[in-house]
Amino acid sequence: MPKVSLTVNGKPVSVEVENRTLLVEMLREQLRLTGTHVGCDTSQCGACVVHVNGASVKSCTILAVQCEGAEVLTIEGLAAPDGTLHPMQEAFREYHALQCGFCTPGMVMSAIDLVQRNPQGLSDREIREGLEGNLCRCTGYHNIVRAIAAAQVVMHGKAKELPRAAE
Amino acid sequence: MYEFAYHRPASVAEAAKLLAADPEAKLISGGMSLIPVLKQRLARPSALIDLGAIPDLVGISVTATTVTVKGRTTHAAVAASAEVRQAIPALAELASHIGDAQVRNRGTIGGSIAHHDPTADYPAAVLALGATVNTSRRSIAADDFFTGLFATALEPDEIVTAVDFPIPEKAAYVKFPNPASRYAMVGVFVAKGPMGVRVAVTGAGANGVFRHAAMEEALAKSWSPEALEGITTPAEHLNTDIHASREYRAHLIGVMAKRAVAKAG
Ligand SMILES: Cc1cc2nc3c(=O)[nH]c(=O)nc-3n(C[C@H](O)[C@H](O)[C@H](O)COP(=O)(O)OP(=O)(O)OC[C@H]3O[C@@H](n4cnc5c(N)ncnc54)[C@H](O)[C@@H]3O)c2cc1C
Ligand code: FES
Ligand code: FES
Repeated sequence: MPKVSLTVNGKPVSVEVENRTLLVEMLREQLRLTGTHVGCDTSQCGACVVHVNGASVKSCTILAVQCEGAEVLTIEGLAAPDGTLHPMQEAFREYHALQCGFCTPGMVMSAIDLVQRNPQGLSDREIREGLEGNLCRCTGYHNIVRAIAAAQVVMHGKAKELPRAAE
Repeated sequence: MYEFAYHRPASVAEAAKLLAADPEAKLISGGMSLIPVLKQRLARPSALIDLGAIPDLVGISVTATTVTVKGRTTHAAVAASAEVRQAIPALAELASHIGDAQVRNRGTIGGSIAHHDPTADYPAAVLALGATVNTSRRSIAADDFFTGLFATALEPDEIVTAVDFPIPEKAAYVKFPNPASRYAMVGVFVAKGPMGVRVAVTGAGANGVFRHAAMEEALAKSWSPEALEGITTPAEHLNTDIHASREYRAHLIGVMAKRAVAKAG
């Protein structure tokens, strides 16, 4: 069987896969990183979004073998080793940006890429447009947008602490 | 997915050789069209030849007259390019509205035009701007490139290496996106420049992208949305599906074309 060597959440790994194994299958079934979800069969829902070499991609629409030598970051790789959450994760918690949580890992990974690519800051409308590839069936998106708007302030170093949600 | 072999060549020449040696093999670039097709078992290639490890196939360059986008350049890179935004803003804008951010991070111009999905955006830009498609063996004029639904002039073992877009005086693209998929239900690209006045329509044609002769003639006489008043599009060669009837698409072509001319200024 082909072997693919890559870095996942900072750790080098070497995994035996089939050529047709999708990245998400390798992550979930072989590396047991089940935080990355599969919500559709049509590349549309974004529940499976991870970063490959710093760019958000749908891990259900890329082969594991295409990731040879790549750096992959999944939802499990965001928090610090001591458990301190990434500002985006913290913002999703603070702003109640999830209900069932199924879409959340993909939302968080897409949101981080979106914020990182836009150091000038994003309006609510731009955040909504930037989330085109992520579907949520529960929240109505409103609190997700608020969470991302708050997180970008911390991620761009404009505030040390996450702005608190109103009671 | 059915099983397949996988190759990761380091040069276009090596990829072309692999492709020529196996008629059942297929290229994979961004995989944004091909992998969904494979997942549905609608294709059964013997092997995938991945263009992902060929650095020569990525990049954008701009001269006084031409924007060149290499074959494996992503939609995201075209959308984010300050040079493209300056030279052909309509092209950068088109790229920025393809699918969603994750599709744009992987999908490439070569894959998009080689696939020639009848609802894809890039074919409209290639045709309206009168671009030249460069391949591993020749250069193909846009007017000769798109030959039918999911069909192009490419030989089975030919690789798109770059697209040269002549810089127009004015150009704009307006699409009516399918609200679920973001693909064009109808998209119209209008351009006035070294290649003349050209209007290309995507999303609507039963045979893929096409030029709109009546609109081109009217706009050549007078470049204004009003010049398109009264010009209709015969519906018989248009797509009809659950999203829109052919008559509705015919109507949308007129509306999108007027908006595009207004936007081009
Ligand atoms: C959810 C979703 C939404 C999308 N929305 C849109 C949209 O709104 N508008 C739009 O235009 N597109 C849309 N797409 C399609 C997307 O733009 C694809 O990226 C594009 O159609 C194919 O490019 P690719 O690089 O991914 O090609 P691949 O999928 O890798 O390949 C497609 C085909 O082209 C061939 N090929 C690839 N590269 C070359 C080359 N260099 N030379 C010769 N042949 C080649 C392959 O063999 C294959 O047959 C969407 C896709 C998805 C999944
Ligand atoms: S699982 Fe739905 S886009 Fe990947
Ligand atoms: S929280 Fe349930 S799908 Fe988004």
